[in-house]
Amino acid sequence: MTQFRLKNPGLEKHLFVNRITAAAVVIVLLTSGLIGRLIYLQVIGHEHYAMLARDNRVKIAPLPPARGLIFDRAGNVLAENISVYSLEIVPEQVKDLQNTLSRLQAILPINGEEIQRFKTQLKRHKPFESIPLKLRLTDEEVARFAVKRPFFRGVDIRARLIRHYPFRELVSHVVGYVASISEKELKQLDAAEYRGTSHIGKTGVEKFYEKHLHGVTGYAEIETNARGRELKVLKEVPSRPGKDLQLSLDIRLQAIAYEALGEHNGAVAALEPASGKVLVLVSKPGFDPNDFVSGISRQKYRDLQYSSDRPLFDRSIRGAYPPGSTIKPFMGLAGLNYGVIDAHHKLHCPGYYQLPNNRHRFRDWKKWGHGMVDLHDAIAQSCDVYFYDLAHNLEIDRIHDFLARFGFGAKTGIDLVGEKPGLLPSRKWKRKRFHQVWFPGETVIAGIGQGFLQATPIQLARAAAIMGNRGMIVTPRIAALEKTHEPQHAAVLDNIPKNDWQTIIDAMIAVVHGPRGTARRLAKGIDYHIAGKTGTAQVFTVKQDEEYKAKEVQKKLRDHALFIAFAPAEAPRIAIAVLAENAGHGGSAAAPVARKIMDAYFRMAQ
Amino acid sequence: MSTVLPAPSQPSSWWDKLHLDLFLLAGLFLLAGIGLAILYSAGGGDMKLVGKQGIRLTIAFTSLFLLAQVHPKTFYRWSAVMYGVGMVLLVAVLLLGDIGKGAQRWLDLGFVRFQPSEFVKIFTPLMVARFLSDRPLPPQAREIALAGLLILVPALLIAKQPDLGTALLVCSSGFAVLFLAGLSWRLLIALIVGGAALLPLAWHFMHDYQRDRVLMFLNPEQDPLGRGYHTIQAKIAIGSGGLSGKGWLAGTQSHLEFLPEPSTDFIFAVLAEEFGLIGCLSVLVLYLAIIGRGFVMALQAQDTFSRLLIGSLAFTFFVYVFVNVGMVAGILPVVGVPLPLISYGGTSMVTLLAGFGIMMSLHTHRKLVPS
Repeated sequence: MTQFRLKNPGLEKHLFVNRITAAAVVIVLLTSGLIGRLIYLQVIGHEHYAMLARDNRVKIAPLPPARGLIFDRAGNVLAENISVYSLEIVPEQVKDLQNTLSRLQAILPINGEEIQRFKTQLKRHKPFESIPLKLRLTDEEVARFAVKRPFFRGVDIRARLIRHYPFRELVSHVVGYVASISEKELKQLDAAEYRGTSHIGKTGVEKFYEKHLHGVTGYAEIETNARGRELKVLKEVPSRPGKDLQLSLDIRLQAIAYEALGEHNGAVAALEPASGKVLVLVSKPGFDPNDFVSGISRQKYRDLQYSSDRPLFDRSIRGAYPPGSTIKPFMGLAGLNYGVIDAHHKLHCPGYYQLPNNRHRFRDWKKWGHGMVDLHDAIAQSCDVYFYDLAHNLEIDRIHDFLARFGFGAKTGIDLVGEKPGLLPSRKWKRKRFHQVWFPGETVIAGIGQGFLQATPIQLARAAAIMGNRGMIVTPRIAALEKTHEPQHAAVLDNIPKNDWQTIIDAMIAVVHGPRGTARRLAKGIDYHIAGKTGTAQVFTVKQDEEYKAKEVQKKLRDHALFIAFAPAEAPRIAIAVLAENAGHGGSAAAPVARKIMDAYFRMAQ
Repeated sequence: MSTVLPAPSQPSSWWDKLHLDLFLLAGLFLLAGIGLAILYSAGGGDMKLVGKQGIRLTIAFTSLFLLAQVHPKTFYRWSAVMYGVGMVLLVAVLLLGDIGKGAQRWLDLGFVRFQPSEFVKIFTPLMVARFLSDRPLPPQAREIALAGLLILVPALLIAKQPDLGTALLVCSSGFAVLFLAGLSWRLLIALIVGGAALLPLAWHFMHDYQRDRVLMFLNPEQDPLGRGYHTIQAKIAIGSGGLSGKGWLAGTQSHLEFLPEPSTDFIFAVLAEEFGLIGCLSVLVLYLAIIGRGFVMALQAQDTFSRLLIGSLAFTFFVYVFVNVGMVAGILPVVGVPLPLISYGGTSMVTLLAGFGIMMSLHTHRKLVPS
């Protein structure tokens, strides 16, 4: 149809004149609307608005809400607000800032660090907002300033609520901390909601539950004189304080775990298998979060950042470690599941394993071998050769698929920010990541949790919980919110027969209670059954003809000790993963930590 | 607006060689002068602000002058290329733009930082004008659909940044071309009704802060502390100005930190407070005179492409004024649209005056495209 249309300049011109006229009419109408509005405001409403403008000595001041408190499951306060006196400056009201600062230094001890912090905040403060110069004034300092106050315009003492973490490094990672709102955050925040709020959750629970904890800002209409000095409050809409937050964490267990790790760095995660409630989440060493609240000095921060112990690093949810032998129960279950082995399948362990047509020897930790072992013995005694062979027969992609069902290689979904997914390798993954084919030897070492395989402590604890649950999947939860109280949809790993679960769990019980279990020392004086698995994760690769001698290897390169467990084995109430960095063998270094936590936990419940 | 002024007639005088339009230029200069005076007051007597704005104005007027020298054929020929480059830049901004004020608008090329969306404000009507003027008018369904696509793609890309104000301006400049080209009234009404019906959908796609602005527009008193604060304080500033204002530099609202952003988007409130209704009307009349002159130039144009483009650019200028004043006066929601030539700020001023440069080029170079 359109092919037959021709351009008709006369018609187009005519049409255009019409349209321009219409546009002009629209413009005139809309402008009349604007003018009408202006007349309404400036003529009819003039007196009203003129009065408002005269009275616009009324300043609207934000009333920041008090942040919600954080408790552990027994009601111990993990994060509170304490009242402190601080010396504050409203820069707009100060004529010569430099001079004022030096005069203040003459009467109060203000160090360079505090000046530095003040100047940083000065750069990004909102107009007419008061900036703290010195926090936590003593009574004497308050008095000393009060005397001189008339000589310092724009400087005043204010009572402020600041966040305080009484347990310091014990819960530094999991609870996290609040600190001054950064420029970047400021841009993303609702400016109105955060007027008057100076701090925001940066890490841990403080960040994840920021909305819950923050509360709603109120405001006061304050009458001021022409100079801006406040005379009286006309109207006040109070702020609504943030909601308190109860965690499932138990500070006593947390302390026991931290203590029990002794001199080692590491991480401990413990949860209730039935609900996923996290009882312990330790990353050691911690740091004092209170330093961050009042603005950490550059030097202190650098020390933390570059310390070889890496205190700022949250090992519990961000540390990806080779799971070592703790992977064996899951590997065994995979073997049963895919029919590669049955519970009675036996293998002779000579102390090493060789792939067909290959001279490389994959060594067992026991040099002279374990002799004839079945699945039960292989788990209890942690025979490597059995699992080299099993992994080889399973092949990596089946291992990948099966371990994924236990949550390896994916975030657990815990209510914290920054969790890492660990690493669960497959052929596809390696092709994508390295553009390389998968080598059979890489499958063999995956059988004992070495090589590419990596897991975080929280992932291991959760996998242990799923094992203890005989397949019921749980998501770890830190906060005990109303919503999460509801029983989770009990997703269950299907197609795994009861007998198979029992075979593996019996073997895990033998790890602790069996005569040759790798953690048999744990059974001393115990009145319940622990199902566990020790692990040792290599940090340092031993050459083919060398021998690994713990004492000769530098401490940083020593093996990590691991232990996963749940108890009571028959109907578990707690599942634990312990990681002790560079601590050597899992049975001796990591397992006792778990036992101490379990003992304490069961004692508490009585 | 009804007075039809004669176009510059005698060719070949030195003035004609400059390819400028005296009436328009005078109006723009006057406006810029008024703008600097208000800015001086809004900035609390800060000459630095005025100086910076002066530099920007110089750059903007230079670009007007340079573009007026370009032959219309060039705009016509390169329209598709410019449009294409504009789209590529918009996508680039979304992928790797800097974050400024919580939105990605800036592209950093190492030596300059700029907002591609500003260029697109001109490239889009240019492209649509070219597309429609090549075809018989009024446009048929297929052409309307394609033109609509040409407008909506950049508008959505900009809205995603998110920059609602600019997206709105791009949309209105493109649809102005469509309207001037003879989009049927029935369809126009259908589009408006359909658009209204789609509002809930748009709500769904809005950012939180955009929703807040709409909510606050509907009920500013609900939250006097934050989002409604702008609107309430602006209203007080305007209303207290009365008929003749409080006098230059004597505004209290704007100087006692009650009025937010007095030198940028809310500068009209300063004008209203210090010069009253009389001042406001004078400035509005000046704006209308400039727009009217634009329409006359459009009517005098000898080919469809020039007609559509000039008409659209003039109309878009009105949209700026209407949206900004409407927002400050509290009858429109707060969208980031500056008051042309008066608000403090650089990029949009350059684009605006560049647009006037193109209008002058189209008007002063006769006998354009043999279409």
